Amino acid sequence: MTELAIEELRSIGSPVHGNVPAGAPAAAWESRKFDYRLVNPANRKKFTVIVVGTGLAGAACAAALGELGYHVQSFTFHDSPRRAHSVAAQGGINAARARKVDNDSLARFVKDTVKGGDYRAREADCFRLGEESGRVIDHMNAIGAPFAREYGGQLATRSFGGVQVSRTYYTRGQTGQQLQVAASQSLHRQIAAGSVELHTRHEMLDLVIADGRAQGIVTRDLITGEIACTTGQAVVLATGGYGTVYYNSTLAVNSNATAAWRAHRRGALLAAPSFVQFHPTTLPVNSEWQSKTTLMSESLRNDGRIWVPVTAGDPRDPNSIPEADRDYYLERKYPAYGNLAPRDVSSRAAREQIDSGHGVGPLRNSVYLDFRDAMATVGAAKMRERYGNLFETYANATGEDAYLTPMRIAPGAHFTMGGLWSDFDSMTSVPGLFVGGEAGWGYHGANRLGANSLLSASVDGWFTLPYAVPNYLAPLLGTPVLSHDDPAVADALRRVQERIRSLLAIDGTQGPQHFHRRLGEIMYRGCGVSRSAQGLTAAIGEIRALRREFWSDLRIITDADQLNQELERAGRVADFIDLAELMCIDALDRDESCGAHFRSEHQTAGGEALRDDTHWQFVSAWETTTDGRRIRHDEDLVFTAVPLQTRNYT
Amino acid sequence: MKLTLQVWRQENTGTAGGFARYEVLDADGRMSLLELLDMLNETLVAAGVPPVAFDSDCREGVCGACGITVDDRPHGPLANTPTCRQHLRSFADGAVIKLEPFRSAAFPVLRDLVVDRSALDRLIEAGGFVSVDAGTAPDADSQQIPHSTAVQALDYAACIGCGACVAACPNSSAQLYAGSKLLHLSLLNQGGAERGSRAHAITRQLDAEFGPCSTYGECATVCPAGIPLTAIAAVPKESLRFWVRSRAD
Repeated sequence: MTELAIEELRSIGSPVHGNVPAGAPAAAWESRKFDYRLVNPANRKKFTVIVVGTGLAGAACAAALGELGYHVQSFTFHDSPRRAHSVAAQGGINAARARKVDNDSLARFVKDTVKGGDYRAREADCFRLGEESGRVIDHMNAIGAPFAREYGGQLATRSFGGVQVSRTYYTRGQTGQQLQVAASQSLHRQIAAGSVELHTRHEMLDLVIADGRAQGIVTRDLITGEIACTTGQAVVLATGGYGTVYYNSTLAVNSNATAAWRAHRRGALLAAPSFVQFHPTTLPVNSEWQSKTTLMSESLRNDGRIWVPVTAGDPRDPNSIPEADRDYYLERKYPAYGNLAPRDVSSRAAREQIDSGHGVGPLRNSVYLDFRDAMATVGAAKMRERYGNLFETYANATGEDAYLTPMRIAPGAHFTMGGLWSDFDSMTSVPGLFVGGEAGWGYHGANRLGANSLLSASVDGWFTLPYAVPNYLAPLLGTPVLSHDDPAVADALRRVQERIRSLLAIDGTQGPQHFHRRLGEIMYRGCGVSRSAQGLTAAIGEIRALRREFWSDLRIITDADQLNQELERAGRVADFIDLAELMCIDALDRDESCGAHFRSEHQTAGGEALRDDTHWQFVSAWETTTDGRRIRHDEDLVFTAVPLQTRNYT
Repeated sequence: MKLTLQVWRQENTGTAGGFARYEVLDADGRMSLLELLDMLNETLVAAGVPPVAFDSDCREGVCGACGITVDDRPHGPLANTPTCRQHLRSFADGAVIKLEPFRSAAFPVLRDLVVDRSALDRLIEAGGFVSVDAGTAPDADSQQIPHSTAVQALDYAACIGCGACVAACPNSSAQLYAGSKLLHLSLLNQGGAERGSRAHAITRQLDAEFGPCSTYGECATVCPAGIPLTAIAAVPKESLRFWVRSRAD
């Protein structure tokens, strides 16, 4: 296939502005909070805020707004708010509390986050993240998250990839679960208090915009199939990331991009969609039927050593391969960080080993993560306490005992740094539409540091949106909730119904899963750990062909007026196909390497990502016009507190 | 491997259900039970038969969404393991496997293998929380919690909310679920101020929607989080404590 000229795929639009307060980024959040308008406590119940998603960001935002006295309509497609995918994060949550004497500080947290993101994040957002991190830990502890404690009773911390201090707070290997359960309990408290109305098993399928403001959403009741509209003065999307576009990923099988993508099609810009993190420690794919690449927490890299045999294809059992025949390639290439090198660096290094034939396991698609040395020095009992449940998960999935034989791991699609573009006030380009958590962009640039995702979702939900949303609402006092008689409501309902009808009408031969699996293969190949103009061009062609096939050969058997999981999946896969094309266009357009976005045309002599700050020091915020044209808007990124430098983990 | 599946098919809560029989010819021992259902569904769709509805999400045992009764046992043959982590290697080639929804009067069937477990959330709504507003918490380091207490609280907090305990219980009791929540929050200082009122409210809600506990102990054998059976004792203990003291804390 001939290379597509990027000019044929997109045009350049006017720049966008992040609305960051002038002055030092360290002071931005404090000064912005002071400037925010307030809503009198007596007036708050006059406002309805719609919050979509009940993960760490969504549950927290709904609960916090409810605590303040606003009326909140909360939506989740799960049967219970606790099941949102934040629940599956394992390793921990960072906080710049800097209590130890290991020389941590807010400045160092910001430096690590900005540098980790390879200078493609918004610096002022990173300061806010660090500034609010301290009270996130206090709050989550207060509402019942049983954080790990030292023997003296103080909070315990550990180290994560990309940092040299110990700032990660944790609860065994189930930090996400404990934070998620605590947050959803707070949500239940507000439901009981009457401030939050919860709608479970409801999926958002469209956004209602009237008078230029987001004023409602259209949802499908997944049990009855009823399509309905809910209106309010503001809408918050906390609907998670889109890693499932790769089919096999560390995400849950129902995680999807539909809410964010529908908002995008209504005008919300999408920032850096191609910035995707591939987690270096996931279980390798063993068969076509495998439905996910289960994550093995990165915290394992604290005590595990990663290696491959020096000789490609070495057939020996790992335990009988002597030290001299092992290549601890991360320790060799990155002596300062070793096995704790950042995720993108570790994933790429693993991919290199696998691609050069050094991969291990039956399909030679993985590398070893070995605990032999830690078992000898730390001891089995301590190891069991630190990682017990992870080792159990591994044993269950593979039938192997990682206390005795090395784990096999491989890079898998994990976290999407890109997402709906928002300004410093967390508001998207659609007035009244806010975003929180992984659905947004902001903090993580081109690569997220481990244990910063639970933090960003919590900061957004508890300590950013509850300030920013009221500032937007204040001048709307006296403006009623949009009437269901408004033509914008009827339009949105009609769009959703027409789309469902058109999916059901295809009457082809294949279920949505079939197309999703093939999309995943295209994306891993063309827009994966390493990308090239040629590979991306080919992927765009394949995605377009898959789209044509999807819309002519999809088969959904049952009707829309009942629980119909195939219909749910079909809608999500249709959106994934469109999103995948934009991801490839973004990756092709961004003619540099940065963080997890590694373009093979742009690398150093040592094979590291080669950034081009002269031409690409901005975030791409994409618009898709009604007739399907792509327009790139740029927000320039300025770094004053963390001077630009080449990322170097050697 | 070749398997015969007897799967519960039911259109909705209001209609009667029954078993349908399906053959799967090329299953693989490494597949999980849910991946087997994925495979079955692709075959069914190709044959023009409506696929089997079932709940699942994270597929790594933490979200608690999945839950099927397998050969009369909630989740499947392996003890203390969620359905998503039950693999076909536990079954013999040629086996007949019976797949049903979780069975409990508290969990109405919505369709096929999907049930409504919202009764569990109503227990939390009754008082399974700590009433602290965002931003008002004290410094978490100023509250010293002994290492062993934190570990113990986490053992009970590990519950994934799947509802297998209720499905396993001949009485449909949710006492293991409620007890683990009461213990999780009463072991930590931060849950202390509402310890009494929480126990009272949760016990009342428990009586309203679930059956009584007769200490059969079936719950603890299926709990994917390994919540110990001792958790059931927390319900009478904590509610008695409230009746004796009549105080919120």
